[in-house]
Amino acid sequence: MVKKNELTSVPHTILEEAYKAGIDLSEGNRSGTLFHVDQTTIYSKVNEFFKGKIELMDTKEALRKHPWLNDYRWKLLDRGKDEFTKRVAENFSGGYFMRILPRAEVTIPLQSCLMITKRDLEQRVHNIIIAEEDSKVHIITSCVQHFAAEASSHLGVSEIYVKKGAMLNFTMIHNWSKETSVRPRSAALIEDKGTFVSNYVCLRPVKDVQMYPVAFCNGEGSKVSFNSILYGHKNSLLDIGSRAVLNGKGSKAEMITRAIAREDAEIIVRGMIEGNTSECKGHLECRGLIIDDKSFIQSIPELIARKRGAEITHEAAVGKISEKEIVYLMTRKLSRDQAVSIIIRGFMNVGIMGLPKSLSEEINRIIDSTAEAS
Amino acid sequence: MKLLEVKDLKVKVENKIILNDISLSLKANESYIMFGPNGSGKTTLVNAIMGIPLYEIVSGKIMFMGEDITKKTVDERSKLGISIGFQNPPEITGVKFSDLLKLCLGKDPKDKFSEGEKKLIEAFKLTGFLDRDINVDFSGGERKRAEILQMIFLKPKLLLLDEPDSGVDVESLKLIGKEIQRYVENTGSSALIITHKGDILDYIKAKYACVLLEGKSHCFANPKRIYENIKRCGYEECLTCQKRVIEEQYLGQEKRIDKCAPHNT
Repeated sequence: MVKKNELTSVPHTILEEAYKAGIDLSEGNRSGTLFHVDQTTIYSKVNEFFKGKIELMDTKEALRKHPWLNDYRWKLLDRGKDEFTKRVAENFSGGYFMRILPRAEVTIPLQSCLMITKRDLEQRVHNIIIAEEDSKVHIITSCVQHFAAEASSHLGVSEIYVKKGAMLNFTMIHNWSKETSVRPRSAALIEDKGTFVSNYVCLRPVKDVQMYPVAFCNGEGSKVSFNSILYGHKNSLLDIGSRAVLNGKGSKAEMITRAIAREDAEIIVRGMIEGNTSECKGHLECRGLIIDDKSFIQSIPELIARKRGAEITHEAAVGKISEKEIVYLMTRKLSRDQAVSIIIRGFMNVGIMGLPKSLSEEINRIIDSTAEAS
Repeated sequence: MKLLEVKDLKVKVENKIILNDISLSLKANESYIMFGPNGSGKTTLVNAIMGIPLYEIVSGKIMFMGEDITKKTVDERSKLGISIGFQNPPEITGVKFSDLLKLCLGKDPKDKFSEGEKKLIEAFKLTGFLDRDINVDFSGGERKRAEILQMIFLKPKLLLLDEPDSGVDVESLKLIGKEIQRYVENTGSSALIITHKGDILDYIKAKYACVLLEGKSHCFANPKRIYENIKRCGYEECLTCQKRVIEEQYLGQEKRIDKCAPHNT
């Protein structure tokens, strides 16, 4: 494994692609950075200021260093779950291991970038995140395709542990290409008063993504939010779900999805909230906009209650942009096209994600540049 | 010159004729009050003047500053200087109210408000709403204030106001009334204001008022006097009034209507 200490030693073309997907190259605004390219972690470094608060390294290295990590590996996910988990269990190239030490408040985000640069490559990674008791962190992960790589696939297994009183805000930005198949497999376990926020942003065309992360809210007063902004275009197939299992007393789940489909895109939004305790609350919201007659959006909410007192609700609306909203903006001197693009842009607002201001500004920048490019 | 001339306008909404051959003309630099019972077509009329697609013009003509705008789109009409304040404006999630105000001003959302603009926003008690999504969780009165502020920022020559005073508290009413009057006075523009209550008349210096009945407008005369008459006799009696006269006969003549003359009296 090659390891380098300076980000400048990472090939320029890689950095450029990573930047488009939200990776901060100056590192000054990040508490740590890890790059995994194809099948190797080529770079991992914790910002000087956050040393002793964070551990960040390749998963394989972490397994060597911390034998106890085997107690966290394949504990939330079943290695035999499907052909993809089986393939990762068989052989994986590493991945990122992130651990936020007890009571550490990491004020600026940790970042990781998983990139494919080679044709026909199957990238298999296993990531483990542990937010120890009372820690607080924002993580931004970008998955990127180098323009030269086509017909590749990404299998990513992630196991996430949010310990007592910890807050983990995890944002994943996908920038794959039209020929890539993507199969993330994620699960999270949330202990007492822990909060897990999982944000997913997919803006670029991709061949297909299928994922259905699950969060187990086992702790008392534990909370999970799944937020997704899906911009499906140019034949993309996005099958994005999320599942929350409310086992802990007073646990809560919230799922918010904004989906836009155009140019032969197909989007399926699934969501399942299971209320297994007498005092739990869940809400699922899906709003979809369909821009042309060639695309498809399907919303499949599933609400399960197993105890009296479980309060699980949902609202969903899929359809065209409201004509009333368009005309309203047109009375304010905007053309129909301007009005439509403002409404679409607003629809993809990341305000739903509970991100710190600087990070939401960054994601807005990514959305703006993607919108301009398409 | 006439600012707005509506000639024999027939308007249908979802295949139902609401306005039948209505005519109306408004002068520049004047405010007009429009009364009328529920369902008389007041909202339809202002929406048709604005060009809202739901209100389909079957026949007739709308002239604005001498130009035929009957076939112009909403945005074209707004650029010519017609502006509307809706009774029930829609909510637009994800789009900040401040962005909308900047667009009204012809600015880019990235631009900043000038000091004067900030003062006006503050006067409208909307500073705390700038970062909110358009109309989301705005109360009735807040929506009304937001509509009128947008209109002022658009700098129109004709303001169409659909019940700016309904669902509004006393203080907001005073604010709205004064600001509309100030804008109209300072810019020499005109306003057509639909109202059910007479309260707004305390702030708007309007010379004329008309009553919309059975899809036609009547009785262009002093707003307060008309309002008193409506209060005394009610719209029902208006319908049988013998003194119903079409507006052409009254416009500019300031003919007094001292009393209504219901059919059975």
